[in-house]
Order: sequence, then structure tokens, then C-alpha cells
Amino acid sequence: MPAKVDRHPMPKQDPRERIRNFNEVALGYPADVAVGEAMRCIGCPKSPCVAGCPVEVDIPSFVKLIAEGKFVEAARKIKEKNSLPAICGRVCPQETQCEERCTLGKKGKPVAIGALERFAADYERASGTQAASEPAPASGAAGRVAVVGSGPAGLTCAADLAKMGYSVVLFESLHSTGGVLRYGIPEFRLPKAIVDEEVAYVKSLGVEVRVNTLVGRTVTVDELFRDGFDAIFLGTGAGLPHFLGIPGENLNGVYSANEFLTRSNLMKAYRFPEYDTPVWVGKRVVVVGAGNVAMDAARTALRLGAEKVSIVYRRSRAEMPARLEEIENAEEEGVELMLLTNPIRVLGDERGWVRGMECVRMELGEPDESGRRRPVPVPGSEFVIDIDTMISAVGTDPNPLLVRSVPGLKLGRHGNVIVNEETGETSVPGVFAGGDIVTGSATVIAAMGAGKIAARGIDRYIRAKRERSE
Amino acid sequence: MHRIVKKEELAPRIKLFVVEAPQIAACARPGHFFVLRMHEQGERIPLTIADSDPAAGTITMVFQEVGKSTCELGTLEEGDSILDIVGPLGTPRDIKRLDTVVCVAGGVGVAPIYPEAKAFHELGTRVISLVGAQTKDMLIFKDRMEAVSDEVHYSTDDGSFGYHGFVTGILRDLLAGGLRPDEVVAIGPLPMMRATCKVTAEFGVKTIVSLNAIMVDGTGMCGSCRVTVDGKTMFSCVEGPAFDGHKVDFEELMARQTRFLAEEKLAMERYQVHSEGCKCRRK
Repeated sequence: MPAKVDRHPMPKQDPRERIRNFNEVALGYPADVAVGEAMRCIGCPKSPCVAGCPVEVDIPSFVKLIAEGKFVEAARKIKEKNSLPAICGRVCPQETQCEERCTLGKKGKPVAIGALERFAADYERASGTQAASEPAPASGAAGRVAVVGSGPAGLTCAADLAKMGYSVVLFESLHSTGGVLRYGIPEFRLPKAIVDEEVAYVKSLGVEVRVNTLVGRTVTVDELFRDGFDAIFLGTGAGLPHFLGIPGENLNGVYSANEFLTRSNLMKAYRFPEYDTPVWVGKRVVVVGAGNVAMDAARTALRLGAEKVSIVYRRSRAEMPARLEEIENAEEEGVELMLLTNPIRVLGDERGWVRGMECVRMELGEPDESGRRRPVPVPGSEFVIDIDTMISAVGTDPNPLLVRSVPGLKLGRHGNVIVNEETGETSVPGVFAGGDIVTGSATVIAAMGAGKIAARGIDRYIRAKRERSE
Repeated sequence: MHRIVKKEELAPRIKLFVVEAPQIAACARPGHFFVLRMHEQGERIPLTIADSDPAAGTITMVFQEVGKSTCELGTLEEGDSILDIVGPLGTPRDIKRLDTVVCVAGGVGVAPIYPEAKAFHELGTRVISLVGAQTKDMLIFKDRMEAVSDEVHYSTDDGSFGYHGFVTGILRDLLAGGLRPDEVVAIGPLPMMRATCKVTAEFGVKTIVSLNAIMVDGTGMCGSCRVTVDGKTMFSCVEGPAFDGHKVDFEELMARQTRFLAEEKLAMERYQVHSEGCKCRRK
């Protein structure tokens, strides 16, 4: 029985330093720390952590391999189930998944499973042994599948199908793969070189990637079937930004978080003018919303030179949907939280630029349908703050463009695709869906889990179809 | 990669490319646009599809060199390639046979109006085209517009060709003279489209404009191109670019078009120092 060791903290860049660069904030465990952390795992018999993982990673086995110093083997163990370990190790909310169920967490702190996953994946990549582990490209004999959207759901579905022997074409409307991993999550939280490497791994499985192809416009779902695809997976995400619906939102200096982050992340506007796409940020920035996207936008604004950045949120700290880690990171960097505050109007000057925002104080009333206490305005508490930039990070809806172009596709109230949760099947035979297009905006790992389920559903569907025709 | 198979200099600083884009050429319709990116550091530039040839697998684009990205684009030659092209984007025009339409084009706006005029013409609609430019040298697409129009009227700001004044002057004269087209289509700079809508509103003539709002992805994900139409916020990349001109808030859109002026100026200055400047300006 090893002596009781505390959970090893993740080394991070100093906040004063990191707000001046876009380099990754979390630095990752050195090998000795990873081994030390892995040795904390007591190897409990029921492995409750595995049930907490949407993609069923064999957590005890890979942790044990790290404890034994077999780092490359640990990475390959993860990849049996998860094709994107370096991404998941960085952006998964482990605290509500695997780590929440860790037996050690009952009395102390759980094993840092996410940090270990990241370590193993980074080690394998840095050691250059990734190529050696590449399986033979898919034979394609099992059938052909079109996967639409190269975000977490699509990448996972494509990789799993390729591993099963399917010939897979992955369609992406942007010029670059990764979906939200590319346009949404900033470099300082998920370096794009990592996304490139993990996509390269998926390609090495035999998946063909076609960027700049907007399915629904460049080519339709019907045309894909006519071209001989046996099944189609829709993983087009939730990229339609909400606005608040308050006066003044079209003033200059008001961005959706999607626009602000897409400019900075996908188009690399943080390196303007070396890159051609600009992004403008003023001195005094307000980000409305309190999810992970809001934290990303606030921290990006600081790095782009804003003097003061505030999060404006109508509920209290307890209801903030962002990961605790991200809220802490933002606060460490100097982001101010204006809680129980709701914007009611954006104020502009005669040239159409933002100059202020009128807000009202809120208090929490009775619980609403989400189970959270409903925020209600405090009468007469209106006040104005001087701002020159506002970023709206109040959520996104499923992308309507493709799904509305598929005749007979059953949609929910928010434009989300209705599926059989066990198989990913939609109302249209041969069309499957998963990720944010089904659930509305959720997490990377939930989308990956849905991609995995749909890959199995597609496999069963194609097999059954072939048996019938034989 | 999309190879440029033909390059034409239509007027000073206005260029035409025919590029290989077979998938887009196969399904392009009037009103569609596309987004291109020249190279890894490049912006995503939205441009209207000015013509397409499904058999040859090509699309035609026309652009005016106004900033760094368009100047740099203008340096490409036949045989060069454009890294990324995605499309067709936007909602195409629902073009039906009408009795008479008037196509009002300002400056480089004649290129995006051409496929619409052509589609109306092919359906047997009487097409009256009004084409305006700053000066005679800047009048482009003359032969093309004449081939698909029953009448073409020209105007130049300096009077060097046709009517002396803005193109809306001809429109006002025609409407005042009793012409009542089923529809006016106006494409050009925002002040010109706004002025056209003012004239047609007086005469109660339906007017469709095509908005060139600032975009990033062009697929409805960022909201950069939002515009107020009939009091509602619309994304011009998906719900447009064509809208009922009498319902568009032009003042707001004109303000929104200035969002990145300082950055555009900086990029242009830097480009002129770092390269030898664009060829168009050296001539």
C-alpha cells in the first residue's frame, strides 16, 4: 500500500504572464509527476470511473500503464476507445464524469484522470511513435459512409467506422477540420497543433477528408445517397448564435461569441496583420453569459489588449454553467464577475459604436423548469456601465442549414434532430445524427459519445441492409 | 485548389477570374455567392457568382481592388490557384417570368446583377437595365448586359458616357414617365441601393437589393453579417443576400460596414510597404 499522496496540481503559466500571450495555460505533467499521480490509483475492483466516461475508455488499465512507465502503451490503450485523447485530456469536464466517480474522491481528491490522459497522448505524440501505431487503412469492403461535420462527433464517428472497415468520407464546410475545436476553443486552452495531430490520426485510419464542402448546398444528402453512400451521419453541431434580443445589439462593437472567437481562433486574427482577418477589441469589454464559451471570449479579449473585461450574468455564481477550472482561470487573469446583473439595452453613439450598457440588478426567485432559481429584476435598480465592446455568449442553437434541407427529417422545437438515443437513427432511413445537432450545445465528450453510438448504429444498419439484399 | 483559367482586366482595378470549381458550377443559381480564401494567412472573402459554366466546371467572379485582400487577389494570374472556395452560399433568387423588370446596377454591382438579368431574360421577361459607373472607363459588362436586356441605359457620374449623373436619375425619369415594372433589382454600393429604394418607394415599385455585409464563415455561424430587415435581425449570408429593399435598415448597415476600417487601412499600408504595392496602383 503506497503512502497517501495528495493529487498533483496541474502546472500552469503565471496569470500575469499568460494574459500577454496565446500559449497554452496548462502546461501538463512532467513524466515523474504523471507516474506519481498514476500511482495514486488504488485499482478498486469496480472501476466506477469507466462508467463515467461517455466513450468507455479503460481508465484503470491506462493509468496502471502510466504508473509502470509504459507511456506509449497507455496512449494506445486510450485510443482503443477514444481517437482524440490529447483533446479530451484538455477539454473534458472530468470533474463531472470519470473523476466524479473515482473512489478516492469519496474521502479526498480523485485521481487526475484527465491530466493523465493528456500526458499519455502528448507523450506518444512527442515521442514520434504515433505513426508506428497506425492501423492499416480501412478496406472499405464493409460499406461507404458519409460523415458530415468534422467536429468531435464527426471525427469520432468517422474514426470508429474506419476501424470497423468502412470507407468513410468526412465533409467539412469550413476550410479547416475540427469544428468547435478549431473555431470555438482558443489556442491557450487547446493548441491547434494538437487538433491537427488528432485529425491526422483519424485520417491515418483511412478517413478521407473533404473541406470546403457545405452539405445541403454544395452537395445534398440525396446526392450523397445517389453517389453510393450506404449511410450518412450528421454531426453539424450547434453553431447558430443567439443574441439577447435587446435594443442596440447591432451596434459596432457588439459581437456574438462565435464571431469573436472564430475571428481569433479559426482565422488567427490574434496574429493580425500577419494574418489578414481583423478582430477589434476596445478597452472596456463586457461578455454576457457564464458558460465555457463566455470564459473563452473574456480571456481572449484580455489577451487581445482589453483593459478591463467583465462577465455579466443574470444568475449567481452557483448557477454559472462554466467549468469551475475555467472560472478560476478567468478570475486569476483578472476577469471581473458581475453576477445577478442583466443587460437590458446597449447604448451607442451617433456613429453607431457601442458606448455603454444599461443593466438591471437581479435576485433569485422560485426554481424554474431547469431546476435553477429564476432570476427576477429588482425594480428601480437600473444602472449604466461605460463599455465599448460587448460579446454575447448566451448560447447557440443547432445549425439549421443542412437539417432543413433534408426532406422528412424530424426536428425538435429548437431545430435539433430527433434521434433514437440507442442507435443515433433519425426519422430518415440511413441518416444518423449525434452531438450538438441533437442535444443543443453540450460538451465535446458528449458529442464524441454520440458519434460512437451512431457508428455502432450505422454498422448494424448497413449489415442488416446487406443481409436483406443477399 | 482552384485554378484560374482566365483573367480579364475589365476596367482599372476591376478584374474578372474564371476559376475551376466544378461542384459549385453544377448547382449555382442567380443570387448565390461563394467564399474564397487565397492562402493560409488569407481572409475569407465573399463574392457573388457572376456566371457559371457547368460543362466546363467553372465559375466567374468579378472584384474591385479596394483593400489588401482584393489587391493581393488581383496579382494572381492565369494558371495560378486559389486555395479554398466554398459554395454556393446564400438563398438564390426565386426568379419567375414577369412582365417587366428593371435591373439597376452601380459600379461593380453589374457583375452580380448579370446572372439575374440573364435568368429573367431567358424566361421571356422584358429586362430594362440601368448601368451606372463613375466614369466611362469604369463601365463593365456592357456586352453581357446588352445581350440579356431589351434596353440598356448608361450613366456616369462625370458625364463621360450616357446620362450625366447617378443611375437613380434615369430610374426616376423612367418611373415618372409611367413605366411600372413588376420588380426593380438593385445591386451596387449601399448608398446607391438606398437611393434606388427611395425612388421606387415613391412610385410603389417592389425592389430587391443584394447586400454585401461583412462576413466570416458565410454559413450562418457568426452573425457578422446581421442586418435589420422589417425590424428583425437577419443573417444576410443565409437568409440573404437578397432582401426587400424597402424594409432594409441601410443606415445601420452602412455603419456596420465601417467596423474594421482602421484595421483595413493598416493592412493596406503594410501591404504596400512589404510588397511593392499592388500592380493596379502602380499602373
